[in-house]
Order: sequence, then C-alpha cells, then structure tokens
Amino acid sequence: MISVLKPGLMTTIQDLGRYGYQKDGVIVSGAMDHQAHRIANLLVGNSDEAATMEITLMGPVLEFQQDAFIAICGGNLTPMIDGDSVSTWKPLYIKKGSELRFGQPKKGFRCYLSISGGFQVEKVMGSSSTYLRANMGGFDGRILEKGDQLRFGVPGSQPQYSNEQLKPADKATSFNEASWFVGPEFTNYTKNDQPIRVMQGREFDLFTEQSKEHFLKDAFKIDSKSDRMGYRLNGAALSLKNKKDIISEAVTFGTIQVPPDGNPILLLADHQTTGGYPKIGQVASVDLPRIAQMRPGEKINFTPITHEEAQRLLLEKENHFKQLQRGIATKFR
Amino acid sequence: MNISIHPLGDQALLIDFGEAINEETNQQVRQAAAHLEKQKPDWMIEYIPAFSTLTILYNPYYIAKQLRSQELLPYEWARTKVLDLLSQTSSHHSEGRTIEIPVCYGGEWGPDLSFVASHNSMSEEEVIDAHMKGDYLVYMIGFAPGFPYIGGMDKKIAAPRRDDPRLSIPSGSVGIAGEQTGVYPIETPGGWQLIGRTPLKLFEPDRESPSLLQAGDRIHFKRISEAEYSRLKEEDQ
Repeated sequence: MISVLKPGLMTTIQDLGRYGYQKDGVIVSGAMDHQAHRIANLLVGNSDEAATMEITLMGPVLEFQQDAFIAICGGNLTPMIDGDSVSTWKPLYIKKGSELRFGQPKKGFRCYLSISGGFQVEKVMGSSSTYLRANMGGFDGRILEKGDQLRFGVPGSQPQYSNEQLKPADKATSFNEASWFVGPEFTNYTKNDQPIRVMQGREFDLFTEQSKEHFLKDAFKIDSKSDRMGYRLNGAALSLKNKKDIISEAVTFGTIQVPPDGNPILLLADHQTTGGYPKIGQVASVDLPRIAQMRPGEKINFTPITHEEAQRLLLEKENHFKQLQRGIATKFR
Repeated sequence: MNISIHPLGDQALLIDFGEAINEETNQQVRQAAAHLEKQKPDWMIEYIPAFSTLTILYNPYYIAKQLRSQELLPYEWARTKVLDLLSQTSSHHSEGRTIEIPVCYGGEWGPDLSFVASHNSMSEEEVIDAHMKGDYLVYMIGFAPGFPYIGGMDKKIAAPRRDDPRLSIPSGSVGIAGEQTGVYPIETPGGWQLIGRTPLKLFEPDRESPSLLQAGDRIHFKRISEAEYSRLKEEDQ
C-alpha cells in the first residue's frame, strides 16, 4: 500500500487508454506520454499496459507502507526518497516506511511512477485510466487527494530481480538504484529543441496561403488554459479562405483544429471523440511524447512531414522499443 | 456510392461517404459500421461513426508484422482491406430501434422553456407539443459519453444558445441549441436552452452497451408528470 501524504498539482492513475467505446462518445484518456509510461512499466517487469501514476509538474508526497520495486520516467521533476535525490529512467528498490517526494521541476512537464505489479484500481470499460470529466476510471474517477491509499499488484516472477539484486544490504538505507539505465536515444526527447513534425490535416488546403505559411514557420505559445484535453496555441491567427461549416467527424490524439478565433487547439489524451472545427494539421505520433513534456508558456514550432514518413518513423520507433524490451528482459534473468 | 478514404494521422483512416448531413448518407455510415462490428478485423482497434464519415483506428505495427514487407505502408494495406469490407457491406435497409424518452417538461426541470416559447412567439404548451411530435433520428454519439446528435426537430422551436453557459447542467436535461435538440447524459457545463428532463440514464459505464442510444435509433419524446418523473427515477436507482 502507498499513502498519499500530499497529492501534488494533478496526479492521476493512467494506462494506455480506453479503446472500443469512442462510438459511445467515451474518450480514450490514458497517459499523455506513452513513451515514458511504457518504459516505466518495462523497468519494473510489468507489461507496458499496466496502470502507472501520472505526475504533473509539482509531484505528490507518497509514503510506502511496504517494500516496492518502482521506476520514475519522463520529465525530471526532482524525485527524492527520504531527502536523497534519485535517478529517473532506472529501476529502484524502495523500502517500507520510506517517503517519495518531488522538488522543483527541472525538465519536462510530466513523469510516470510505475510499480511492480501495477497500481490496482477497478477497471472501468476495460481500462484503469482516469476520465476526469465523467468521474470514472482510475482512482475513484478523480485526481489523487491527501489520505488516498493506493494498492499495487503482486509482482510477477520477473521482479525476483529486485529482491536478489536491488534490495539495499544496509538496513539504514531506504532505497537502492540499479546500476544501469535507459539510453539517451529513448529519453532525450524531453528536451524541446526540435520542431514538432506535422502532417497536413484534412482541411489544410482550405486555409489561406498566409495561414499555412504561419502554421509551418512561426512559433506558437502554449496558453495557460491548456489541459489534458488540449493545448491552446497562441500565435498568428489562422483563417480559412472561405467560411465553411465542417461536419463533425472523429479527431485523434495530435489533431490540430482551428476554431473561428484563429488560435489552433492541439488535441491531447482527453480529446473529445469528434470535432467540428477545420483541421489544419496532425502531429506525427512519434512526436506526441515530446508534446506531452511541453509546459504552458513554452513555444512550439511545426515542420511538415508526409503521412508516409510519419508512419514509417512510427514503425521504426516501435521496433526500437521492442529491442529495448528485450534488453531490459535480459536484466531480469 | 461516392466514397473516399483519407488518412487521419498515422494510426487512423477516415471513410467519407459524401459531405452532407442527411439520412441516406448517415445510413451508409451505419451499414458500414454494422459490418465492421460483425467482422471485427484483427488489425482494427475501433471505429467511430459520425454524420457522414466512419473513422477506423488501426494498429500499424500489427499490420507491418503481418505483412513482413517493408514496401507496403500499413495505411495502404488497411485502405485496401477497407475497400474490400465496404464492397461486402449489405445495402439492406434495416430499420433501427425506436426508443421512447419520457420527459418532464418545464418548471424546475426545464428552466428555459419560457424563453424558447417567447423567443418563438408561442405558448409553452405549443413548444412541448412541437417537441413531442418530432420524428427524430440519432445521427451519431459524440461530444460527451452517450450524447446523441439528433436530427428532426421542428425549426419553429429553434432557439439560440444561452449567452452565459451554465457551469453545471444536470444529467438527463433535454435542451435546444439552434435547430438541434439533445439530452445531456452526464452532468456537464453547457449553453443549451433546457426545456425538460428525463429520468432515463443515457450513459452507464457498467452496462454492456454503455450508451443507451446508438446511431440509427429513432426517438420519441413522451411527456410525463413530475410524479412520474420521481417514480421512474427511483425505480432506476
């Protein structure tokens, strides 16, 4: 069991999302940064779908009531165990009675706490993800609050590793880290130093030439009114050549739509199932984790990519991920 | 059929059945969706029907593994499969279900009924009559869990959205926005003019089909008294 001593800014339980019910108007939800979520799970011997804790900017204070095998991946929000700073992107063994807290955020916007066996919450419509607006899924359908008690599953056979190799030998030590970590090719995406690759949206050509140029060349600032549903972007106003009513149709994680005020909205994990605004672009899936690590106030630049290239990059990335998965599995032997 | 297929990002494709909101186009969408529901191709994650489009989420990595070839793009492969599936889709016209939605009109249940009436220079009773007489079709579910986009409302009871949207609208509220009528399945903020409320639960996560209404359903609104509302609401608990 883990006790929440302080909840942090916005801490929720998430998995890879709730699929199969968008036709019923039920949004997908799930981790904003799939890459960090999945790797965090692999590091503690879970399947990449297990429920993790999504931590946003200002992290919680958690007390462990039993020994646990954990990992923290994604942005560096300065995790500390009993006052000592701990590494991200590697497995950790934490002892009963220890306290995990977060300091000043250093890099990125979100991180994911995984625990061997996964966080145990009642699945709703096949998923552990929190759907805040409908108050369902995750932990009681809401963000974590002070006093919440979180259960986690019984570790499978793989985390034997934790007991034999990672358990601190010294009784006075509250935690121990693995000597290895995930390589930078999987973790350096949290730096916002490259433009975000976008495909053309279905209504791209309905926008004025000037708007298309602004969209692909100018920077947009992430508005403070942004949330898990979408980032509102401020920059040059984008407009259609001719006013046109768009018939509502499905949108996805990464769709960039433009409401009449001309400021684009980049849809994220909690996006509505359908939308009726013209779509100027669509972020390549491989760049979505980078988006998830950007903070309100930061600037986004877009650069074009073809649909074909975006899909090829996605396949390549998934192949790399499988290699990482095999690599981590060898550590558990 | 004048259909076209487009990518929606790198993990979904969209089938466009023609840019129009009408029953015929929407029926084509529903027939294709029904076929997908029956076939459940293993590369498909889910499908999302809308007014005139059907979107399919697919798993490109799964497809690439099946293909064992670097040449063909998963999207192109999925596109071909979709064309095959569409050619098998039956054009048999199946009449959807008709669902009766009991509504307690006016009063505290429908605080904007008087506005809708005065806006259209009608009496409240006339608005209720016109709303009940309508022959409604659910075109799609979207916006919120179980929220139906309903066509078929009499234009003479149309009313603009509220200038100041309510921060919270109780679930079951029946409202009008422009030429549309709808029912709020969950408590949510919103700007619709509220004319009544139904005791039915339009959305329940535990139900096999969480959304009470499905695209293609016909709807009739039936007037009930406050006493009936309370009784039905209690029965449902």
